[in-house]
Amino acid sequence: MAGGRADALVPFDEALTRYEPVIGLETHVELGTVTKMFCGCPARFGGEPNSLVCPVCLGLPGSLPVTNRAAIEYTIRIGLALNCTIADWCRFARKNYFYPDMPKNFQISQYDEPLCTNGWLDISVEDPDADGGTRQVRVGIERVHLEEDTAKSLHVGGATGRIHGADYSLVDYNRAGIPLVEVVTKPIEGTGALAPTVAHTYVSELRDLMRALEVSDVRMEEGSLRADVNTSIAPRGSGVLGTRSETKNDNSLRSAERAVRYEIERQAAVLDAGMPVALETRHFHEDSGVTTAGRSKEEAQDYRYFPEPDLVPVAPSREWVEQIRAALPELPSARRARLEAEWGLSDRDFAAIHNAGAVDLVARTVEAGASPADARKWWLNELVRRANESGTELADLPITAADVARVTALVASGELNDKLARQVIEGVLAGEGTPDEVVAARGLAIVSDEGALTAAVDEAIAAHPDVAQKVRDGKVAAAQALVGAVMKATRGQADAARARELILARLGQA
Amino acid sequence: MPIARDDVAHLARLSRLALADGELDHLAAQLDVIISAVARVQEVAAEGIPPTSHAVPLVNVFRDDVEWPCLGAEKALDQAPAVEQQRFRVPRILDED
Amino acid sequence: MADELTRMSAAGLAAAIAGGEVSALEVTDAHLARIGEVDESVHAFLHVAADGARRAARAVDERRAAGEPLGPLAGVPLALKDLFTTTDMPTTCGSAILNGWRPPYDATITQRLREAGVVILGKTNMDEFAMGSSTENSAFGPSHNPWDLARVPGGSSGGSSAAVAAFEAPLAIGTDTGGSIRQPAAVCGVVGVKPTYGGSSRYGVVAFASSLDTPGPLARTVLDAALLHETMSGHDPCDSTSVDAPVPPVVAAARQADVSGLTIGVVPELGGEGYQPGVLARFGEAVGLLESLGAKVIEVSCPHFSYALPAYYLIAPSECSSNLARFDGMRYGLRAGDDGTRSAEEVMALTREQGFGAEVKRRIMLGTYALSSGYYDAYYGKAQQVRTLIIRDFEAAFEQVDVLVSPSTPTTAFPIGERVDDPLAMYVADLCTIPSDLAGNAALSVPCGLAAEDGLPVGLQIMAPVLADDRVYRVGAAVEAALERRRGHPLLDDAKGLG
Repeated sequence: MAGGRADALVPFDEALTRYEPVIGLETHVELGTVTKMFCGCPARFGGEPNSLVCPVCLGLPGSLPVTNRAAIEYTIRIGLALNCTIADWCRFARKNYFYPDMPKNFQISQYDEPLCTNGWLDISVEDPDADGGTRQVRVGIERVHLEEDTAKSLHVGGATGRIHGADYSLVDYNRAGIPLVEVVTKPIEGTGALAPTVAHTYVSELRDLMRALEVSDVRMEEGSLRADVNTSIAPRGSGVLGTRSETKNDNSLRSAERAVRYEIERQAAVLDAGMPVALETRHFHEDSGVTTAGRSKEEAQDYRYFPEPDLVPVAPSREWVEQIRAALPELPSARRARLEAEWGLSDRDFAAIHNAGAVDLVARTVEAGASPADARKWWLNELVRRANESGTELADLPITAADVARVTALVASGELNDKLARQVIEGVLAGEGTPDEVVAARGLAIVSDEGALTAAVDEAIAAHPDVAQKVRDGKVAAAQALVGAVMKATRGQADAARARELILARLGQA
Repeated sequence: MPIARDDVAHLARLSRLALADGELDHLAAQLDVIISAVARVQEVAAEGIPPTSHAVPLVNVFRDDVEWPCLGAEKALDQAPAVEQQRFRVPRILDED
Repeated sequence: MADELTRMSAAGLAAAIAGGEVSALEVTDAHLARIGEVDESVHAFLHVAADGARRAARAVDERRAAGEPLGPLAGVPLALKDLFTTTDMPTTCGSAILNGWRPPYDATITQRLREAGVVILGKTNMDEFAMGSSTENSAFGPSHNPWDLARVPGGSSGGSSAAVAAFEAPLAIGTDTGGSIRQPAAVCGVVGVKPTYGGSSRYGVVAFASSLDTPGPLARTVLDAALLHETMSGHDPCDSTSVDAPVPPVVAAARQADVSGLTIGVVPELGGEGYQPGVLARFGEAVGLLESLGAKVIEVSCPHFSYALPAYYLIAPSECSSNLARFDGMRYGLRAGDDGTRSAEEVMALTREQGFGAEVKRRIMLGTYALSSGYYDAYYGKAQQVRTLIIRDFEAAFEQVDVLVSPSTPTTAFPIGERVDDPLAMYVADLCTIPSDLAGNAALSVPCGLAAEDGLPVGLQIMAPVLADDRVYRVGAAVEAALERRRGHPLLDDAKGLG
């Protein structure tokens, strides 16, 4: 906030009663090519500062760019997956502005001739009011274009390590020149109170798409996917388009959602006060959840775009585009539809898996032999809870799909019951080994020894004569209390079904 | 349309040139003459004429996605005016726009 | 002997070295001695790499001694424009902003010269970042024309043309963006060639205007220029605009030196008012000579050529305003005003203010203007349309003729200082050369005598279609041979500037 006043806000639900939000997203994704956009330096994260650079990505005088074919191919792949038209001729352009993280003080980008235009992405947005708990939203894609990433700066001095108030900066050009795809949506209208969720779901869907297309590994925490969100609001029914703010650097799925929510609340207060919303760039702060205005600009940026003379036009042949289309993998939405059908789950159950980010995990568990219902049950109940407790992503839990499948197999075969299975999972998560190793080490196998079980049954009957009598009198349901006693005595390691059989047999009800 | 001193000052800011006042006046006068001269291109009947950005038409010049040797940090930083922590040290950067 | 060596052609020197008549080291030493003798007056060089040159010469001698095959220019000394990156020499581009810069990489052409055993004597003076027609825009002082030291050697490759004309090197490399090879070659009485755009690599050539910049040879004979053309040219995968085609057979064409059966077009738009009478007279004679040698000469109008100069002075500054943005004092070169309190933005602006000369600033400002929002269509966009029309003029002309001819420059070398603060007068020096830069086609300037009124050399420009570079050599060599037969000695024997 840098000493600024807190913004006035209107509570979200109230804001929505009077205003209709429109959002738009510009998402940058670093491509996972082996080398950079215009030179052969590795496009690798990490590495000693300024070690992954050459005359081209350092922008040294005399150096020239040469386009990485794979980056073009990846972008076409993305464009096709987003149902875009692929340009049959387009050029790179120079975007001119001075900034120390740009080695040439211009960025090679695309301006009025993007490689892909006019597509869409269907997303399933969580909506408590909708049938099945989700609503389908088609997000229009304006354009997909290719550009080069900038360097990374370290800000030294000042209080915060942030750019603001720093004494000087240290620049590492390793990231400079990594291919960056920008996906720009059309304005997303009519989603009302769902607008923040739409932002979240869109970015999440885009991330899944990039992974499925194998064009990027999308590590948001490393900044390889960065979303800027435009938010505007207008009085309901007015039919006008409000002035938008652009929120930069929303580096997690949640922050995109929170930024939209905050902007709706803030802009509603501005409009309520009879003020105009400023057309400006704002920054979202992960820690406080608020957005703040960027430095006010003395004069409007003038990027002086012109066709990049060091590069020749890109004219993908129809054959090449069709080849890329034919090689597209199954896309996440199609895959989800297929899995939902294959697994025989309801929309709501499947949506729960999707929303928990567990589709891949469940699918791999099913591939490893578990039934879909079992795989769903263990991931969504036990493991989601564990992930929440430890504050990690589900996928980052130290347990594999194969482990979970093995646990369900042990339960199905009667070697474990649910309670024991939970202990096995606990052991796997604690790093004690595979499920079988945990069972062995912790001695968690179910007591299926008839002798031991019979003794426990007899003890339970002797200890609860009144209950035993009820069962003898035909009240079979009362046997459950005896089963409970047996389980308690065996510390849960007995096969409950077999114990019940034995109890009923002893009491003449078999 | 003559070019005003303010326009020249704006161009200098866009071009990152800290022109001295006298230099600004001198340049404003010269730019005015030059711009009037080059504005002759507007006399040409160019309706429907495509622009040329590359005189020798080539398309699809690509590089395979294969690594080449990097310079290495030592050579990369060798000519830098200031270096710290194996990085280019630059004066404080005003907040990004 | 040493004097004799510096007067020899590159082809002659290469043959003598290959035949063991003279060592590459002797040849290099002779040229280094000549540089020591005259360069204080000529100031063709910004940097002389005596040790490196002698090392390279010795390496050629060793290869010859070992019986290894030598290339056609092995052991021949060359002067390299200071716009090409060199790992073993500074690269300044004639600018204070790059004073002392040591690039960590060699330009493709630098590398090819080294591989061919060409001995690089040093780096030549030039107008700052190749912007100018006189070398007066060099931050390190102007070069002088060996015909008359009070006059400019042309530019921007004026150090290269002066070095060749002053016998400091038999060969030089320059770059041509609006005429920066042909114009200095013409006013110094040497041969200069702008190859087809993309025919010679720009990788490692510090950019002025990327869509125009073309490296090319300067030499005292057309054959020498062809030998260098062949050595330095060819496809370069590091330059996306490099043409992936065989180098046209320029050496064979220079040896052919015959114009019989060719149709040659005279462009009326490149002549007449504003041209020095002595230039027009020599040009007229050259045309007559071509006819007498068996060529058919016709007049071919190129109506849009009169718009080439204004289009050029929009396109080139636009590209330069962007290309030169990288000189900001952050990563290399000069940094000014960094007192610990100023922001990067301020230090960049002070560095550029201090590091760039007047002409560079003028062009950056002009280009920024032409590209800025609201003006793009009227200036840059329009200039690009004019470029199309000029290409069409050439295409139509080359349907009728094999080559076009014109004077290389409207006047002979002008006095140092005459046009320094009159940009438009300076810009006119490139009137005849600019159309070929805009269209990307090949063009050559060959000396065609001395203007009667001042006794200074006049150049004949020969222009051929894209990738038909061999034609300009064929015609150029024919003119050169016929004029020398008539004159009885090489034109440069008449240069008296160095006494």
